[in-house]
Amino acid sequence: MDLLTVLQVLDSTVRLATPLLLACLAGMFSERAGIFDIGLEGKMLAAAFFSAAIAAVTGSVWIGLGAGILASLSLSGLHGLASITFRGNQLISGVAINFLAAGLTVLIAQSWFQQGGRTPALLSGGRFGPITLPGAEALREVPVLGPIYYELISGHSILVYVAFACVPLTWWILYRTRFGLRLRAVGENPEAVDTAGISVIRLRYAAVLICGLLCGIAGAYLATALQAGFVQDMTAGRGYIALAALIFAKWRPLQALYATLLFGFLQAIALRYQNLDLGFFTLPVQAMDALPYILTVVILAGFIGKAVPPRAGGEPYVKER
Amino acid sequence: MTGQNANGARQATAAPDPQVPAIELRGISKAFGPVQANKDISMRVMPGTIHGIIGENGAGKSTLMSILYGFYKADAGEIMISGRPTLIPDSQAAIAAGIGMVFQHFKLVENFTVLENIILGVEGGGLLRPSLAKARAALKSLAEEYELNVDPDAVIEDIGVGQQQRVEILKALYRQADILILDEPTGVLTPAEADHLFRILRNLRDEGKTIILITHKLREIMEITDTVSVMRRGEMTATVKTAETSPEQLAELMVGRKVLLRVEKAPATPGKPVLEVENLRVVDAAGVERLRGVSLNIRAGEVLGLAGVAGNGQSELLEVLGGMMPATGQVLLNGQPIPLSGPHADGQSRRAAGIAHVPEDRQRKGLIMDYAAWENSVFGYHRDPAIGRGPLMRNAAILEHAEQQMQRFDVRPPNPRLAAKNFSGGNQQKVVLAREIERGPDLLLIGQPTRGVDIGAIEFIHQQIIALRDAGKAILLVSVELDEIMALSDRIAVIFDGRIMGEVPADQATAQELGLMMAGVATGKAA
Repeated sequence: MDLLTVLQVLDSTVRLATPLLLACLAGMFSERAGIFDIGLEGKMLAAAFFSAAIAAVTGSVWIGLGAGILASLSLSGLHGLASITFRGNQLISGVAINFLAAGLTVLIAQSWFQQGGRTPALLSGGRFGPITLPGAEALREVPVLGPIYYELISGHSILVYVAFACVPLTWWILYRTRFGLRLRAVGENPEAVDTAGISVIRLRYAAVLICGLLCGIAGAYLATALQAGFVQDMTAGRGYIALAALIFAKWRPLQALYATLLFGFLQAIALRYQNLDLGFFTLPVQAMDALPYILTVVILAGFIGKAVPPRAGGEPYVKER
Repeated sequence: MTGQNANGARQATAAPDPQVPAIELRGISKAFGPVQANKDISMRVMPGTIHGIIGENGAGKSTLMSILYGFYKADAGEIMISGRPTLIPDSQAAIAAGIGMVFQHFKLVENFTVLENIILGVEGGGLLRPSLAKARAALKSLAEEYELNVDPDAVIEDIGVGQQQRVEILKALYRQADILILDEPTGVLTPAEADHLFRILRNLRDEGKTIILITHKLREIMEITDTVSVMRRGEMTATVKTAETSPEQLAELMVGRKVLLRVEKAPATPGKPVLEVENLRVVDAAGVERLRGVSLNIRAGEVLGLAGVAGNGQSELLEVLGGMMPATGQVLLNGQPIPLSGPHADGQSRRAAGIAHVPEDRQRKGLIMDYAAWENSVFGYHRDPAIGRGPLMRNAAILEHAEQQMQRFDVRPPNPRLAAKNFSGGNQQKVVLAREIERGPDLLLIGQPTRGVDIGAIEFIHQQIIALRDAGKAILLVSVELDEIMALSDRIAVIFDGRIMGEVPADQATAQELGLMMAGVATGKAA
């Protein structure tokens, strides 16, 4: 395998890891605050559809991104209402959001565009194009480092850079700010937060809305950067993979980056080597496609050592008595 | 700490006027639905004193304090802090009024450091680094002032409960509290830790802080408070100077009738050995040996008390004998070996063999809190033909039986359809005890029989244990309350670090000797 092939696979890894990373960080904010969010998938899907639809109609990808984020935020608000205000079951609310998004997106797409549940293919103005970083062209011919810079680091859409910048940002927010301290506290012991005179409800809503924001960006990325338009179920389980990555990362930001890169890498391999010839046996495309999901199962089965979730996760907060 | 204002939570007040009550409650009432938790309560707490509030569980002590701390809103009444009428709609307002609260169940974030827990809510800025540095300095001066030493960088889950409690006190002091409310603070402490806590509280009082101590333990009230208020059924029945009262009088005020504070019992008449334990060993999941060759025996008609500081293996011993944990070694019941591992080492087989078990943690291992009392009344005995036929349960019969049982054991309210969680601690314990001793087991394992149990119920539970002994049964009593062990036992064994340090007849035991053995010092009579 030559350097260029390796770089292409890694480049593809970065692209495919981006939505996972955003969704994983989204889940991290929510779950660190004690709200389990199985609805990452649905929020991404809704954001993907609305970003593509609005971008197609207005011709502006930025307006599309805004619409996608708005859609995701509304679903987050719904999740918050159900699980924080009304103290409902967080898993059920999340599943409901996934169903809602899966059904509504196709329904609205069909009645709006009549293209079998798709949005029209986005033209260049309706998509996030690649950004060539300064000096990339000039350095392209430098051996080894040139191609790495040009192929791997440069030439992604703005959202990829946003996603990667979110990793240190998330770390900083969680571990270096007052908001982060309170957010982590409310996921571990909301009573401690309540007796300290801080509103548990407000903190949890803040966390859930940040989750919605990041899911919105992830969904918009899928439909307006990774691909050119919305198709039915285009998230393809990425929300669940992000959850697996979150557990894999034990709810920590830097580890979330590694975990999502690993999943992105597996997806990239599957995309490039449709039938992997192992010499004596050819691994069929289905097996390759299944790889990330198999890894998810393996991870969730607990092959990663002890992953302790936030202690108050999944529990609606009710004051004693 | 005056002058080092934590986050401007409040400006430090001038020295309090000793004539003006630090807290005055006027006509506080609070109802939860039909239950009147507090009825027209008026109370004055003078500054620089330790004021005890005593009452049985459910008397309304915690409700009253929760109103003071802004958790509940009173239906009627007025709160005056240092002579000024003050509204306390939430905890934030209570903190601003200089009130700090140390709850019975600590409100700490387990995987945070001491420092992080202390600044939570009073960080004083968007970034953590300066807040932590400020708290570290303040903590140092507080520690010197009040004997409140804790490592600021220790993680809460790694330190003992005594230290965790100090963190709670530090939290309140860091928030400039002048009034400190402690709810049942010694429930989780060893005697030495409790002594240390009392020293801290006296220091705080001498520095001019006002302390409210909520407890149901008469001994603590007599030992440390200046004034004591007694509550019964939502009402404040009396407020007296501690020096002018007696435990007997307080107990009577609490319960509304005369209470026997000592356990009356005749000398034991031990019969044949019921339980013989030989070289019992247990290794826990983390690979730590929790029991290191324990041997003991109990005869029919005697109570063996097992004393020890919590965490020295007594919990494991109970669980092994109760069939909840595998072990190696030999255990004979009435001369017959019982399995210590494998499919027949379970609670149900043990009960069938005649070993009843009242677990230490009754809320998690003795009851299912969401299940009704009648359902809880048959766990472990559900294969009994009187209770079930094959897969079917005779619900009507169980219900009726549970109702009679509850009346016999004076469970209040005697309503078998009520979920276990809706009973007070003492009544929950009576439900468990009734289930376990009703069928006349040969051996009763009982752990912390009166933890979180009010004084009226303690008397009843102690009487039941002695009655069972007098009926010729063997009893293994595990308790962290040394008083309880000494009052009930016929022989006392002390466990330390998974080994039996020694054994003494109860009538020759002294608290000093037992205390030494509990600390791991072998005495002359070591086994």
